[in-house]
Amino acid sequence: MLLKYLFAKNEDIPAGSSTIFFGYSAIFWFVVGTGLGSFNAAKLAFPDFATGVELFAFGHMRQVHVLAVILGWISMAFAMTMMYMTPALGNTKLWSEKLGLWTAFNWNAGLSLGLILLWCGFTSGREYSDLIWPIDLVVIFGVLVPLGMNVWMTIAQRRTQGIYITNWFFGACIFFLIIVFLVGQSAELFNLTGLTEGYLTFWFAHNVLGLWITPVAAGIAYYTIPKLTGNPLYSHRIGHLHFWSIIAFYSTPASHHLLSAPLPEWLKSFASVEGVLILIPAVAFVANILLTMKGRWSMFVENVEIKFSVTGVLLAIPLNMQGGFQQTRAINWYVHGTGWIVAHAHLALLGMSSFLEIAAVYFGLQQVLRRKLYSLVLANFHFWFVIIGFCIYWISMTIAGLIQGAGKIYEVPYIDVVIAEHPYMIARWIGGTMVFTGNMVWLYNMYMTAREGTIVPKGRYAHEMAYER
Amino acid sequence: MLGLSMTITLMLPSFDFRSAESTWVGLDKSLSNGLRIGWSYEDPFVVGASKPLTVILNANPKTGEPYDPPVRAYVYQPGTPFASGVEHPDNLGPTVKKLSLERGKIDQLDRSQGAVFTIEFADVNGQEWAYVVNETATKGWTPQEVLSAAGDANTRYVGRGKTVYITEGCWWCHTLLPEHTQDWQVFGTPPYLGDFNGEMPTAFGSDRKAPDILHVASRNSSREWMMMHFFNPRLVQPNSIMPRFDYLWGKVDANGNPIDFAKWRADYTAYRKGERAYPPEVPEYARNTEIRALIDWVLTSLK
Ligand code: HEC
Repeated sequence: MLLKYLFAKNEDIPAGSSTIFFGYSAIFWFVVGTGLGSFNAAKLAFPDFATGVELFAFGHMRQVHVLAVILGWISMAFAMTMMYMTPALGNTKLWSEKLGLWTAFNWNAGLSLGLILLWCGFTSGREYSDLIWPIDLVVIFGVLVPLGMNVWMTIAQRRTQGIYITNWFFGACIFFLIIVFLVGQSAELFNLTGLTEGYLTFWFAHNVLGLWITPVAAGIAYYTIPKLTGNPLYSHRIGHLHFWSIIAFYSTPASHHLLSAPLPEWLKSFASVEGVLILIPAVAFVANILLTMKGRWSMFVENVEIKFSVTGVLLAIPLNMQGGFQQTRAINWYVHGTGWIVAHAHLALLGMSSFLEIAAVYFGLQQVLRRKLYSLVLANFHFWFVIIGFCIYWISMTIAGLIQGAGKIYEVPYIDVVIAEHPYMIARWIGGTMVFTGNMVWLYNMYMTAREGTIVPKGRYAHEMAYER
Repeated sequence: MLGLSMTITLMLPSFDFRSAESTWVGLDKSLSNGLRIGWSYEDPFVVGASKPLTVILNANPKTGEPYDPPVRAYVYQPGTPFASGVEHPDNLGPTVKKLSLERGKIDQLDRSQGAVFTIEFADVNGQEWAYVVNETATKGWTPQEVLSAAGDANTRYVGRGKTVYITEGCWWCHTLLPEHTQDWQVFGTPPYLGDFNGEMPTAFGSDRKAPDILHVASRNSSREWMMMHFFNPRLVQPNSIMPRFDYLWGKVDANGNPIDFAKWRADYTAYRKGERAYPPEVPEYARNTEIRALIDWVLTSLK
């Protein structure tokens, strides 16, 4: 096991150890997170399922699902990709494997503790910032700062001239995330109250998405697509446009989540305008990646990593179209607080972002382990279960949201809305369960890859051998 | 670039928030919830420890002079941390702060002695303002006196009830924020700017799977209904997806008899199958239970 290296000398730790630790942790948390999601969905569809036990109450588990997926799966998958992409792009080694292993260890320990406490009701009562502040401090100083050190130092030590766009995203986004955590959690540390607290809660929630989850996922695509297809990135300039416009336009629209709260009107209007402008980075990103695929579209069918990556990029199109427009006052009043938003959030996290990370984890683990994927059939099974499950979820929640919106404006008694939504709640549960099943298969597949995958000879890529027996 | 965005989205709004004047709703929420809900040093197990009590006074506890309408007082027993606006009067807004300091004497406090507060109104420049009065300093009321004058029947565990709302995650389904655009008719008036001063956490919710309950007690103020609905929502609303909160009753009922949940559920299942004409009776809750606090909060705060 990798834990034995925690106290080893840095030189003695094989390169790639932290990638492996993070990679398997991420997949594990993905299984846990989606399992909880499926359980919660069952509770909404069948309210008397697992009833009367405090720990299995919906209100105790909902936030555990959300944080397990965001901080466990997505963020650890990010860390995993940083551990192998950053050195590869700088033509160097990771600054410290040992620090990487410790980061992964702290992360798993801190998150497990935080989520168990949260499950038992130790909460700050702030959405997305639910963890109590001592755990937030562990996240900041035990996880994010060491992760940042490793990435920044690796970039500083690079043996290439420029810094590739992926590393721009990695280095900058960790820095942003630390700031976002410090500012967002200051409400709890210093007991800032009232609308200041309410606003900071959503300032945090928005920026975790806007300055961490979506840009890092995009940064990953800038690596995997050129790497796997062998095509150079279509345009570095457009990549830079993407990077800078994210910072300019996506760090500001926090208050578009609170259009119906009594915040200053100028702030809401400002946020809405900035929110539409996120179409600029979005179009830049999607166009850049799809143009990079030129001439290699057959890989979209043949290669499982490209299949995941490109699907993720394609999902970014509806994601940003929804995101840009649903936050304007003209549309938001209809969909605010309904299942539409839940569908949109899953489009961002389970759709666009997760698909890009899944591809990067598949690719990275094969690279580092020097083993070919155990079973391509299972990988395709994974793909289809996740995409079909996701689509069922997304479509059913979008419809449920539109029903809720209509119920809201026509002032239908709420219970009739609950009744009308019921079939879609069942569909949501089926979709979520499919995603969960697919992920369990993935975990098995990756476990078997580590044990029995065909060894990849030096100088070859695992994906080149996909069809060789 | 990031600095500019932080200036616009953090610094400028903070000026707006600072000048927000607290309304009666804001003062009432903040005084009855105490310093903060959720995990804190004073309440490490998040069970609603060290929270103030809200009491309904029908008469002055010192002189016996009757109050009509009754007066709402907020009792901070010795050691309980004071509400945010009392600890930091700046959080009340400029005018309310001035009134509360000059007329309400909220600077003459001692946490180790506890204190009793009420909310009064004053006319300033032709406008009515609510402000906080420290009755311990102005009338000499002590927490113990006020609690025994009111008695348990007139004591509401509002702060503890709000804690249950937070830890049980009611706010993942319900919101406390009627929307400006279309919720007036059904869910009531949206909150005003000053309704949040001193509240921590605001927890108004973002994902609505259930009715907004900011004003639920004005629609439905029946304690009986709430009891049945929390024990098993399907007793009063067969199509509800709200979870059962029967575990908030604890182990024993109001008379100290153990509650037999297994039997209750079996009887209820029989009723749903049509094998019984009536559902089983919902047990009366004991005095010091979470469910009592929760219902106190719903019926007192959500008017
Ligand atoms: C799974 C979602 C869910 C959770 C969690 C939940 N509720 Fe509900 N609640 C509902 C739904 C749906 C309704 C509407 C149907 C009904 O009356 O039961 C409702 C109705 C209510 C009502 C009556 C509203 C009205 O307009 O008459 C109150 C009061 C209430 N809930 C309070 C609570 C409290 C307090 C909690 C936490 C202890 C809670 N609910 C947890 C879904 C939920």
